Amino acid sequence: MGDYKFAKDKLAEVLSSLGDYQVFAPTPAGDVVRFLEVKDPAAVTLESANSTVPPKELMFPETETLFKYRLGDTGLDPSVPDASARRLVFGIRPCDAMAYTIVDNLFSWDFTDPYYLNRRENTTLVGFACGDPCANCFCPSMGGAPASEKGLDALMFDLGDTFYVKTLTDKGDAFAKAAGLDAAGDAESKAAEKQAEEALGKVKRSIDTAGIPEKLPSLYDHPFWEQFSDRCLSCGICTFLCPTCHCFDIQDEAEAFNARRARMWDTCMFAEYTVHTSGHNPRPTRKERTRNRISHKYSYFPEKFDVIACVGCGRCINNCPVNIDLLDILEKSKQAEGKEAKTA
Amino acid sequence: MMDESNPYLPYIVKVEDAWYETPVGDRAVKTFKVTFEDEKVWDTWSHRPGNCAMVGRLGIGESMFCISSSPTEEGYLRFSIMQAGKVTSAIHEVDAGDTLTVRGPLGNSFPMEEWEGKNIVSIGGGIGQAPLRPVINYVRANKDKYGDLKVLYGARTSDLHCFKTEFDEYSGEGTACHLAIDVEEEGWPHFVGFVPDLLMEVAPSPENTIAVTCGPPILIKFVTQNLEKLGFTPDQIYTTLEERMKCGIGKCGRCNVGSMYVCKDGPVFSYETLKKIPEAFA
Repeated sequence: MGDYKFAKDKLAEVLSSLGDYQVFAPTPAGDVVRFLEVKDPAAVTLESANSTVPPKELMFPETETLFKYRLGDTGLDPSVPDASARRLVFGIRPCDAMAYTIVDNLFSWDFTDPYYLNRRENTTLVGFACGDPCANCFCPSMGGAPASEKGLDALMFDLGDTFYVKTLTDKGDAFAKAAGLDAAGDAESKAAEKQAEEALGKVKRSIDTAGIPEKLPSLYDHPFWEQFSDRCLSCGICTFLCPTCHCFDIQDEAEAFNARRARMWDTCMFAEYTVHTSGHNPRPTRKERTRNRISHKYSYFPEKFDVIACVGCGRCINNCPVNIDLLDILEKSKQAEGKEAKTA
Repeated sequence: MMDESNPYLPYIVKVEDAWYETPVGDRAVKTFKVTFEDEKVWDTWSHRPGNCAMVGRLGIGESMFCISSSPTEEGYLRFSIMQAGKVTSAIHEVDAGDTLTVRGPLGNSFPMEEWEGKNIVSIGGGIGQAPLRPVINYVRANKDKYGDLKVLYGARTSDLHCFKTEFDEYSGEGTACHLAIDVEEEGWPHFVGFVPDLLMEVAPSPENTIAVTCGPPILIKFVTQNLEKLGFTPDQIYTTLEERMKCGIGKCGRCNVGSMYVCKDGPVFSYETLKKIPEAFA
């Protein structure tokens, strides 16, 4: 594990030198920034505070084939990603890297999911510390930080003319070697430390989560959910852009005789998500769906995996078309008076 | 057991036999007796009463169903499936000689070992008898390990009972079968009325007894209430839940009741557990 650096104007050069890897980096795409495979290093942007679309899609794509088959045949051809491939995510923010460590729990409990886990294994994560946290970030409240090292193989800091790179794992060292980075000294590591501390102080929003996981079940019937669900449009953007949301649908699709079984992102904010074939829906209105989204992240998930399924990236707040504010919901949940779970 | 390296890959199964349990038509129940196309699967396969599996047709999709045969019925699996939506309609088109897909066994199971030495009361309604059938047949096949077996089973009409040909076998030494239909029919010698009422009529003693119930939610609700009236405690009452499912392995998210995934932590729950989860009865 070492300290490295490279001049900012050498960014394209560094990215080009990673020929052994399939490299993904934040890239403007229409109105959004998302992590795309680097074809032209000049297209990469490190200016954006964070990508609009989280890099969860690199481990858990919006749609992916589980297996292919021919209609009429019974032979199944699985499309499992190669665990020994070499992929590298360049410029991932610490919150999004931490999100992987949370979602890992889900995809590896009991039944292991080779699609997600093989991608996790074959990918090197080169993080990019936040010098200027966004307006709605609250990563420190979720156990993160603008320069958190959780889940990362290397962490990069913007020091003006220079990028300082601290490698954290063997995978990170392999990246530094492949990129031919120069050694950095005390000056750079001290500057990075200072920046990390200052950035932490710049995070404007926070929530004390103590007691929330235990309390939420007692608010099952509480009317306070309606303050938020009444204006919810059920658009699902809070879940699609959430780096820890992992729910999916599975569908069979066929074109002529070429068929596949695929999985695709789904959202608990859609009515169809839970509706039974009989027409009965255990979560019939936006109230039940809002309650489930919040309870899943802040109560059910931690009960099962001992970690809250949120990293404080602020995307759900930034992108909600009707300004539903997650932290507002959590604060109100703390004020609301709970009662013992009802019995049937 | 399922392909450990890829839990999304189903087995191909051959339909050995298929028949209707109830009159052909909308919402009919059809039973499929299947074997694995690759016979080697049997070497590692084992399931327990209560386990489920994803049953599907390639090109259409798969849905979760309970395995309606007991592991003591060797050499095949049975699924009893009500036609209701896209996947079940497509499965109903299948007959002997055709193939289906099976992914499983999934979910938890009834704690049959814990129940050894106890009397068992099975209380079912309609297609809810499907997950109870493996319990009944398991207990019958291991008679020396269990006390008395009582089977209580109701349906709206007599032709809507599933597994009719087996009813005679349920009555014998230490076992009894009590049938019900909702509305009077000419020549019906058994109880007329709802299953919770049948339960009060039979009034099984709670002493050293486990009650297992499955059926529509309204049946489970009133059967549970009546069991408590009879003196059963929540830890003596078991049921199975169902929710919409896609993955069956605790990943895709939708089937949760509270913090429990019905596909993985269920489908079998004691009433003691369910009482603590308000969403369980949503």
